[in-house]
Parts: sequence; C-alpha cells; structure tokens
Amino acid sequence: MDYRTLGLKVGIEVHQQLNTGKFFCSCESDLVEEHGDEFVRRLRPTQSEMGEIDRAALMEAEKKLQFRYEAVESSCLVEADEEPPHDANRLAIETALEMSYVLRATPVDEIHIMRKMVIDGSNTTGFQRTALVATDGYIELDGKRITIEAISLEEDAARKMSESGSEVLYRIDRLGIPLVEIATGPEISTPDEAKRVAARLGSLLRATRRVRRGIGTIREDLNISISGGARVEVKGVQELRLLPVYVDTEIRRQLALLEVKDLLRRRGAVDVVCAVEDVSEVFSGSKCRVTESAIRSGGGVYAAKLPRFAGTLARTDDGILRLGADLAAHARVAGVRGLFHSDELPGYGITEEEAAAVAARLGVEDEDAFVLIADERARAEAAIQRAVERANAAIDGVPEETRAPLPDGSTVYSRPLPGKARMYPETDVRPIRVDDDVLQSIRLNLPELPEERVSRFVRELNLSEGQAEALIDDGVDEEFELLASSFGGPQVVARIYLQVLPEISKQGRDVSSVDVGVLKLLLEKLNDGAFAKEAIPDILLWMVDNDVYDVDRALDGIGLRTADIEMVREVCDRIVREREDFIRKRGEASLGPLMGVVMKELRGKVDGKIISAVLSERIRQLLP
Amino acid sequence: MGYAGHVGRLLEEADAAVGDEVEVTRRGRTHRGILMPHHDFSDDAIVTVKLSSGYNVGLCLEGESKVRVVSKKLTKDPIRRSLPTDESKKDVAFIGTGGTIASYVDYRTGAVHPAKSAEELAFSVPELMDVCNVRARVLYSIYSENMEVNHWQELARAAASELNSGASGAVVPHGTDTMGFTSAALSFMLGRLSGPVVCVGSQRSSDRPSSDATMNLLAATRLCVSSDIGEVVVVMHGDISDTYCVAHRGVKVRKMHSSRRDAFRSVDIDPVARVEGSEISLLSGYSKRAAGPVEVRDKMSERVSMLYFYPGFEPEHFEMISGNVEGLIIAGTGLGHVSEKLVKPISKAVKNGVFVGVTTQCLYGAVNLNVYSTGRDMISAGAVPLGNMLPETAYVKLMWVLGQTKDPSEVAAMMVKDLAGETTSRRSV
Repeated sequence: MDYRTLGLKVGIEVHQQLNTGKFFCSCESDLVEEHGDEFVRRLRPTQSEMGEIDRAALMEAEKKLQFRYEAVESSCLVEADEEPPHDANRLAIETALEMSYVLRATPVDEIHIMRKMVIDGSNTTGFQRTALVATDGYIELDGKRITIEAISLEEDAARKMSESGSEVLYRIDRLGIPLVEIATGPEISTPDEAKRVAARLGSLLRATRRVRRGIGTIREDLNISISGGARVEVKGVQELRLLPVYVDTEIRRQLALLEVKDLLRRRGAVDVVCAVEDVSEVFSGSKCRVTESAIRSGGGVYAAKLPRFAGTLARTDDGILRLGADLAAHARVAGVRGLFHSDELPGYGITEEEAAAVAARLGVEDEDAFVLIADERARAEAAIQRAVERANAAIDGVPEETRAPLPDGSTVYSRPLPGKARMYPETDVRPIRVDDDVLQSIRLNLPELPEERVSRFVRELNLSEGQAEALIDDGVDEEFELLASSFGGPQVVARIYLQVLPEISKQGRDVSSVDVGVLKLLLEKLNDGAFAKEAIPDILLWMVDNDVYDVDRALDGIGLRTADIEMVREVCDRIVREREDFIRKRGEASLGPLMGVVMKELRGKVDGKIISAVLSERIRQLLP
Repeated sequence: MGYAGHVGRLLEEADAAVGDEVEVTRRGRTHRGILMPHHDFSDDAIVTVKLSSGYNVGLCLEGESKVRVVSKKLTKDPIRRSLPTDESKKDVAFIGTGGTIASYVDYRTGAVHPAKSAEELAFSVPELMDVCNVRARVLYSIYSENMEVNHWQELARAAASELNSGASGAVVPHGTDTMGFTSAALSFMLGRLSGPVVCVGSQRSSDRPSSDATMNLLAATRLCVSSDIGEVVVVMHGDISDTYCVAHRGVKVRKMHSSRRDAFRSVDIDPVARVEGSEISLLSGYSKRAAGPVEVRDKMSERVSMLYFYPGFEPEHFEMISGNVEGLIIAGTGLGHVSEKLVKPISKAVKNGVFVGVTTQCLYGAVNLNVYSTGRDMISAGAVPLGNMLPETAYVKLMWVLGQTKDPSEVAAMMVKDLAGETTSRRSV
C-alpha cells in the first residue's frame, strides 16, 4: 500500500503504569489473584446547568448497568470511592516531569487534577482523575521529528473481570495505579513507524525505572485516519508487535467503508427510516436456536428493511469487515446479543425459505437488505433503531468512533469518540506547583537514557551496539545488566536474551516463567562447571517444556553432564587439528562436512545441536 | 474570581473575567483557553486556564507575561422547565437547605453550585417526578456546619406548613455534618405529624456520577408517598453498596464515619425502616401519621453548651462555660464520669440555676452514676443522668426544653422524660 497516497495519519497515546504506589491513596500498585468483599454501585451522568450531558457518558447510562466491584486485601476506602482522594503521589508526579524533560516538553507551572467523566463502571467514582503535565515536546527517530503533544498523568481503571446480563464485574486492584500518558502528533505515516515510535517511548519510560513490568502494564491507543475517512481510535493495544497490524486493518476497513459509501450513493440510498416489523410468525416452527429461544421466553423476532444496502454488510472477499459487524456492535449497546443480516442468510439455522418470507414481509427488493433481531420486543426495537442509525452513517462514509482491538488483529466498535465537555476540576486534590526548584532537582536526578546505556554497555561490557540496543528495545536491559555483572559473561547472558529465549518463544512456547531468578541459578551452575554454556538452549527448552525450573532436574532430563561436553570438546579439538588445512581452505563452510566426521564418533551420545555449537566455535577460533 | 496581587492586576488590566476566552503568554509560549476561577490552594502567581483539550493548567504570570481576552464569556440562558403535576400522584414537599445533595456543575468553569431554585432542586433528580408531584422550595443555601437555631425554626415552620397544606411528607435535603442535630431539633419542635419529615443527605456530592444523592432522595420520597410513618427520620445508605437505604429515628441517629456512604447509624436502637427500590420494610416500632394539623413549638434557648470531658480537663474551663449558660450537657467517660475536680464546679453551677445533664462519650449504652463514687458525687452535686440519650440529642433537647420552660424542676423532669424516642429504658442484647 502507498501510505502517502492514502493520506495515512497515525498518532499514538502510550499509557504506562508506574510502580510508585497509587496516585491518590497509599496503596501499592499490585494486582492480586484473590479478592475479598464485594460492593455494588450504579452510575448516572451528572448534569451541567445547561442540561448538557456528554454523548459517550449518556450512551453508557442508557445501558442501565449495575457494577459489582471486588475489593482485595489491599483495597482502601479511596479506591471504593468511600473517602476523598489524598494528595497526588509525589513520585508519580516526578516521573512524569522526568519524562517531560527527556521528551523536551514544557511543563505547566502548576498541575491541576481533573475529573474525566467515564461512567462505564471502570472507575468507582464515575470519573478518571487526570492531569496535564507538559506540552510541546518531540522525539527524533531515524532523522524524523515526531511531536509529543502532551504528557499527562492519570489513574488507571479497575480491571473488568466479567460481564453478565446487566451486571459488569470489576476488580479494584488496578484502579488508581498512576499512568503516564504520552500523546504524539499525527505525523506517523506508516504502520511500521507506529511500532518504532511506541518502542522508543517504551524504552524511555523504562529508563525512569519507575514503571511496572509485564503484560498489560503498557497500553497504546492508536488514532488512525486516511483521506476521506475519519479519525478512529483503537483503544488499549497491549502487544507492540500487533500495533502495525491494527493500523493496517484499520486502513483496509476504512477503504472498504469508503467503497460501501460510493456504492450506496450510486444506488441513491437515502437515510433509512426505521420501521420495525414483527416477523415472529415466520419463525414459529424454525430450527434456528436463537429465534426459537427468544420466542419461547416471551420475546419475538423483529426485522427492518435497509433499502439499497444489499451486499454492503458481509465481509469483503479478502475478509475485511464491512457494515454487518458494526450494525451488530451498535445493536448490542441496547442489550441484545447480536443480529442477523440478509447478506449472511440463509445461515445460522435460518433457512432460505424463512429469509425469503422475511424479505417478502418487509417488501425487500434486489438491492435492499434487512436486519433481524430475536429478543424481547422493547429491547429488539431499541437495538434495531441503533443498527439503522449506524447504517445511515455509512451513507456519509466512515464514522468517528472508538474501537477495541482483538487478539487476531481486527477491531470491534466499542463506543462513539468521547465528546469534549467531559472534564471538570477535581476540587478535592490540591494543585501541584512546578517551579524552578522542582525542575532543577528533576534535571539533577535524571535517569540514564537509553542511548547513554547503549554506549555504557558497549564500553564496559563489550557488547556490540546492536546487541545493546536490542536488549534495551526488548526491555530486558536491567535484567541483563544484573546477571552480566555478577553471574555470567555478558556475551553468554546477551545470547540468552537475544537468541535463546526468542527462539524458544518463536516455537510457540511461553518463556515468561524464565525470570531473573531462574537465570541466576542457571548461571551459578554454569560457573560451578555443572555443564557447558553450549547446553544452555537445551536446558532452557527442557525447563519450558516441562514447566520445571530446576537446573539439576533439567540436566537429568536431557541426560547431560559436563563429562559429555568435555568429550565433545576433545573430539572436536582433535578433528579440527587433523583437518586444519581443509578448514583454512573452506572457511566456515567446512562446518557441514566436519559435522559428519564428528557425528560418526558421537552419534547417540550427545545432542547434535551441542556438537554443532562446539564445533563451529572451534572452527571460528582457527580462522583469522 | 479570587485572583489577587500581580495576577489580579494583570487580569483586571486585560478586562478578563472568569469564563472569558483568553490568551496567556509566558516564557515565550502562548496558551489559549478559558479563564478559570482561582483555586483556593493555587499559588498566588498562577492563573488557571482550561485548554481546548479540557485540561486545566496553572500558568505562572511573571514580569513579561501577558494576558489578552480573545472573546468574552457567552451567557446562555439555562433551559426553563416547569414542574409537572399528575392528579394520581401524591404531593411531596422538598425543602432545600443547601449542601451538595442537589448541585450542578458548570463545566465551563468547573464550579459546583447547589440548586438555587425549586426547579433546579427537582430536576437534579428527575426520577422524583415519577414517584410524586414535586413541591419544591429552597429555604436557604448554607453548609450544614453553619446551621443555627433560626434555621431549624424556619425549617420546622416550613415543614409544618407543607404538611398542613396537603403534602404527604416533607423531604429536607441537608448537608450531612449536622443533619443529626437538625433531625433532633425538628423531632422536638414538631408535634402531631401527619406525615414523615425526612432529612436526607449525600456523602458523595451529586455532581459526581457515583453520588449517593439520587438513591437517598428517591428512598426519602418513597417513604413520604408509601409509608404511614409520622416521625422525623434521617434517610441514608444502609451499606456502601447502592442497594438499600435506611430510615433512622431523628433523635437516635449519628454520623459515625467521616466519609462512607453508610456513615449514619441508629445508635442503641434498630432503624425505623429499610427502603430497597420501591419496597419499604418497617423494622421497629414507630409513630404513625397523626390526623394533624401539625403543631410547631419552635422556641429554643441558645444559652446551652456541650462539653466533652477528657483527662486533664481544667475546672476553670468548666466554670468559664457554666458561668455563661442556662444549661450544659456533659459527654462523660464510660458510665458518664468526669474527674473528681469537676464535682465542685458542677455543684456550684447547679446552685446557680444551670442545668447539668450527663451523657456518655461511648454513645452506645446508658449512663449510670450509681456504680462508682465519682458518679454518686456527681449526682449529689446535682448533675442529671440522661440515660442513653446521645450527647448531641441531649444538647438540642435542652435548648428546646429551655425554650418551653425556665423552671429548674420542670426542665429536669422534661429532660429525663422520653419525648420523641430519644431515650429507651431497655437495651436489648
């Protein structure tokens, strides 16, 4: 795709959790497995004197949900919204100011905490506390300047555990963890660049050493638009590697919607007037489980015609989502489980005859489509109304909205873009003065930046620049340094982080249990001579496969002892000596033929990978 | 707008008022936004501006800084709405006193102000109109800690006149800090109640989505519409969940937590009722609606004090207070004790015609001055034990009793007599 011609504009917001303790109370920022007491709340949008209510807030309220919160052992009354917030966490403020300095942004002179209305229950208060810390910064990436529009601090939301019927369950352990939010300008112009910008911001944040680590501790929001399309926010991406995928998916989705728009216009489609028909009769003897259960529980089947919409609802031949999925997502806001549309019928147990009967009842002609919802009457009608409104928006093109990322790289509609009138001051928290003294102390206590760390690793630990950068980009530089300086040679440790573990994980295995502690024990045993370094990949692979992180058991498991490696070394040394001329002539290409010679002697005794590792090292030693 | 000094002058010279769109230039950077009011804890050199992103930021105005007004504030007229009436529904009176239970946010400036008119009061919770015909009036708009005797009196007269003109109950939205005092005062002032008078508050102000105001107000209203209670009660959350509310007897209720939603507790007795959705369960004996008309006896003496005893309490302090009042209530330790040093000053005060009543800091349980010698000495000195009356209730009651009579023996007799459920002779296990 030619992104320039498409007019692709991407901006990123990075949200990084801090390990400084919570923003407005004295609790730790830890997530826990066990929960204690529960409490239940409802939220309602508040009114301004003008009677204005935010459109996103109103939509949430219409769902009339009840929220259940699980408190944990460390939960306090502030988190339960049973006590006013305490003063803002000083360490969190300092971290945000450090980031402002590093990103060359200008801090405000006094930080004011705001309440941002969020009434989906994710905050017990019904608002998220947030503050703008600095503006107008930039980073440089491969010679290109990306502006940093704003650096803010906000409190994280509660964890959504489940949703059933009209109740949503949250756990409040995550609520109130400070998040540094960094928003770039929309200058990012390719999917890959989006990933590189996010990685860079991530490594700068980690440099403060005040960030939480692990899955979900850093999340990205993407703002994506193309010419003729609209700004769409993909909110809450957790995996860096999927970032370019979401950008790409969104470009294709917007292109597909622009085609839909053209088609509708060519057909002369006009705004659909929502007319819901009760078509329950058609399904009185249906085999479709959805319609059958709706009718049995006192509801019915309801349908509405979408004139000129035929063929705009199903996925494209390339599998790109078109209107159907969005209509369903909008309908679900009214509380239904989903909808059927004519592009996908017959199907889902609905026969061709039934679909045709519905079409006949609605007066559907060739170019027309229809939607169908089986549910309780009022709910179905409200849902169809929403679906029709979404369909009408398609005549104008791509609507601005917020979408949720899915693990397969696609996204699903979640809500309209939040409106603007949704922030007002948090009067319970004192503003924080940022004067020259504060800034001076930030400058004097600045953390080591990634590029400084790269040169130190090169200088002190003899890494290549590439190795050092890779360690930092992967966020394992701290672990690396800890291990390399006390337990193993830097090259051995770097190899574990940059080759061994990535290779194991590439095979679809989860290496998250191989933590610093495990590696520390492994390297200690290595230093004791329990095995040779060439055996490290096999040992780690065995650990991950067996989910047992004990070095001795791993050595038993792969049947490997130092003696074996010694034997390999002896054989390799001898063969290399004997074939020195051959090696000098053929260079590294001599490995293949010599492997055959060595294997003749050692086959069945030691793993071929270890032999190959030892042999290639001996060959390299010989070569200039 | 609260800006003083250099900042105040700069704003004045620029003719900038809160709500105006302004441009602030400082350190070579210009920020545009809406001028916000000065935050009480904001630095004097700081001007607060709301940027177009919605964020407020504090900008420091020093020597070279400039302020320019881009456009003056547009004043939109609030939408005028009138209260609906429905013949099939009962009338409930809402008598506003201030506090945050019915308040509005001005999103432009962030200012929160309580409902100023009857309509604002009613439309702060439009759901009320599904339950009753709202008769709203805003009596005054003050923080509850600023309540004084004349406010209680005005409130009592307003509640009586509403009930006497056909309201099936009166709801009194009230700040929570002194709501227990007000409910006690109304309990003594109002007789032959033809409907409930319900004091109701919120622990999270109604400008927040998580406010408890809506549920508390609805529960109070339901009590007025569908119960036969003829008492002054306080209605608040029964739990930290938004599941049910509890109605407490006005003379037996106390705010027992500074911030929780379920801060109000009935002390030493069961609550009067529990309200869950539209369901009302009556939990203990209560006075039923009387035929009326409601009578008001609102005279009170303001020359009454309340004194919290602690180790080291100086007899002179006691005398400074007792020398200036007609009566005083002691919150004593345990069964109602004070140190032996205070026995003589008590005796002197009683001889001078000052009523001295004794309650307990324990709040739960009754005083008993027969058990220990200090207690017996206090009795001999003329102190009157007041059973399990709450200290605050005893204080309010004494003000009211002294408004009805100055005769010492009558005062003492009325103080120990149960007039509104404020003292109980049995305390169940």
